[in-house]
Amino acid sequence: MKTFKTLALASVFGLAAAATASAATLDDVKAKGFVQCGVSQGLIGFSNPDDQNNWTGLDVDFCKAVAAAVFGDATKVKFSPLNAKERFTALQSGSIDVLSRNSTWTMSRDTTLGLSFAGVTYYDGQGFMVPTKLGVKSATELNGASVCTQTGTTTELNLADYFKANKMEYKIVAFEKNEEVLKAYQEGRCDVFTTDQSGLYAEVLKFPNPADHMVLPEIISKEPLGPVVRQGDAQWFNIVKWTYYALLNAEELGVTQANVEEMKGSANPEIQRLLGVNVKNPDGTDADNDFGKGIGLGPDWVVNIVKGVGNYGEVFERNLAQLKIARGKNALWNQGGLQYAPPIR
Amino acid sequence: MTTADDKRLTSAPPKGSGMDWLYSAKLRGWVSQIVVLLLLLWGLYEIVQNTQANLARLNKHFGFDFLSQSSGFDLSTSLIWYSSSSNYARALLVGFYNTALVAVLGIIFATLLGFTIGVMRLSKNWIVSRFALGYVELVRNVPLLVQIFAWYALVLKPLPGPKQAYTFFNSSLFLSNRGLLLPHPNFADGAWAGLAGLAIAIAGVAIFRRWAARKQAQTGIATPTVVPSIAALILLPALGLLLAGWPLSWDFPELAGFNFRGGMTLVPEFFALFLALVIYTASFIAEIVRSGILAVSHGQTEASQALGLDGNQTLRLVVIPQAMRVIIPPMASQYLNLTKNSSLAVAIGFPDLMYAGGTVNNQSGAAIEVFSIVLVVYLATSLVTATLMNWFNARMKLVER
Repeated sequence: MKTFKTLALASVFGLAAAATASAATLDDVKAKGFVQCGVSQGLIGFSNPDDQNNWTGLDVDFCKAVAAAVFGDATKVKFSPLNAKERFTALQSGSIDVLSRNSTWTMSRDTTLGLSFAGVTYYDGQGFMVPTKLGVKSATELNGASVCTQTGTTTELNLADYFKANKMEYKIVAFEKNEEVLKAYQEGRCDVFTTDQSGLYAEVLKFPNPADHMVLPEIISKEPLGPVVRQGDAQWFNIVKWTYYALLNAEELGVTQANVEEMKGSANPEIQRLLGVNVKNPDGTDADNDFGKGIGLGPDWVVNIVKGVGNYGEVFERNLAQLKIARGKNALWNQGGLQYAPPIR
Repeated sequence: MTTADDKRLTSAPPKGSGMDWLYSAKLRGWVSQIVVLLLLLWGLYEIVQNTQANLARLNKHFGFDFLSQSSGFDLSTSLIWYSSSSNYARALLVGFYNTALVAVLGIIFATLLGFTIGVMRLSKNWIVSRFALGYVELVRNVPLLVQIFAWYALVLKPLPGPKQAYTFFNSSLFLSNRGLLLPHPNFADGAWAGLAGLAIAIAGVAIFRRWAARKQAQTGIATPTVVPSIAALILLPALGLLLAGWPLSWDFPELAGFNFRGGMTLVPEFFALFLALVIYTASFIAEIVRSGILAVSHGQTEASQALGLDGNQTLRLVVIPQAMRVIIPPMASQYLNLTKNSSLAVAIGFPDLMYAGGTVNNQSGAAIEVFSIVLVVYLATSLVTATLMNWFNARMKLVER
């Protein structure tokens, strides 16, 4: 509550004050020495703190990758846990540099909030979870149900659409904080818990008896989740966007955390460009492959990213394997998925 | 403590030097005030300019046209018809009505409870006065937000699911963790007869009470007014409805599938918020009432006892009317507090104005616009409450000749 009010105020006055501040986010970030990254308040697999406040997850690793690209050090990042309602305001007001908080890319968010989505780090869709004892096998049987969800999300909107489209009734029970939503569901305040399907698989692990709950087969929406930056700073937007593409390209070219040093010696020109290697020609001339300068970074920006967090496949494996989530739509394009990066050249 | 500067400023100007204006205290006052005003206006102008420039940089424009867009989200409780296809303005209106509902009911019940506790606090009975003391000290020293969460857990925990709901009055009233389900009255044509009956009853009661008061003033004989008034208020509307052929039907809630259909629902979030606000504010009101009563000199009590009034009459006819003059002004600020504290509803998901405002802001992205609306509405509500209380205060004030 307190933070929310502060943020609301910050949005009013921050918008006024952050005039020159956000014009060059890269300079700001370099000056303060770390990337301030907005994450969730705890979602296993995406951004979750342990008891020592060490954050892990796909969204967290993305922030680390940005820090690695900028500083060559993946640890130069600080995390701001935000709830769904605060997140965009926090970014608009300049209190964070990048928002990497399983946020769905929609047209209105992309065009009216003064923000830009930099890519889709995870293709998700909204699902439903019910207690097994409810005896429901499909979302079409949910007529009249009470549904718990979080306010200020696309989930809330999809839910209304889905029940309206299927001519079913429901009663919404919505809270600002995810913990409140989970508590209400576990206490039986509602019959159904809905969020992105990856979130359902992650949250059920926190329950005392995960086996007593089941995820219904229907996916009722497209939820492309990705990092967000402020509009109007093309350089920072490019850094974040190309950090994501670098992760994908590294996986596609087989560059991993373990072999990145060795790969610097590769004769494959694509890898040479990816890793920004200076090529020495037999005639004594050399040619640089410095693509980092286009975004204001050093030539070894991708080397730093991969050294820091690995490639996209490694990040996915490290964070989402525990949730038993398959690559599915998040496999690379050449393996039947949707993850596709423009080439570095 | 006179410094050289002061001396120079206060000493009389040299006559005829043409510099007299420099020594004019009035002129200096004007100039300094104008300078401060200009600085203030310049500051405001800068804030507005800066905000506009930054909004433009973010490719956002300032305006209230988003209010007519469809909201896309549902709200759990609404006093008016609302669905996800309603627009943002209506979502805010739903929030405002819910805030008003909690505030009005909260003010009424907090006043009743607060008066009771405040009077109990002064009781000669040791147990009663200690209980009231314990209540006040416990309740007003625990943060309200904590109490709201505690009441929410207490309201929700013991209640069963809808299938095992407690039923009352021959299955017309259900209590479960979905809330309290009540039959919903449906009025058909002819319901105006009931309203007409109510209007006649109200007018009749007013005339009757005035007549009774005048009679007592003239003859000293008291006429009981409470029971006849209540009877008239209930019976006359019922008679009106009866004459019109009873155009009233009830929509009863019933269990269908795994939830209730029909009827009207009071959600647990409402009860938790209502209880917390009433109990919290009552503890402050109790102290105000106690101080008010103690401010009435004990001689008044003795005098009324000498006139043969019993303890109850003394309190009702002599002490409380005089105590009200002390009680009302601080009471007004408690009412304002209760109204503003209701915005903590956000924490347990009761869709009040703050909740609706937050969600509309998040879905529309119009932070400045939404929060200015919320701000203005809270301000207006508070000012109206304050005006009403000022009017009431003026009425209750000691009439001095």
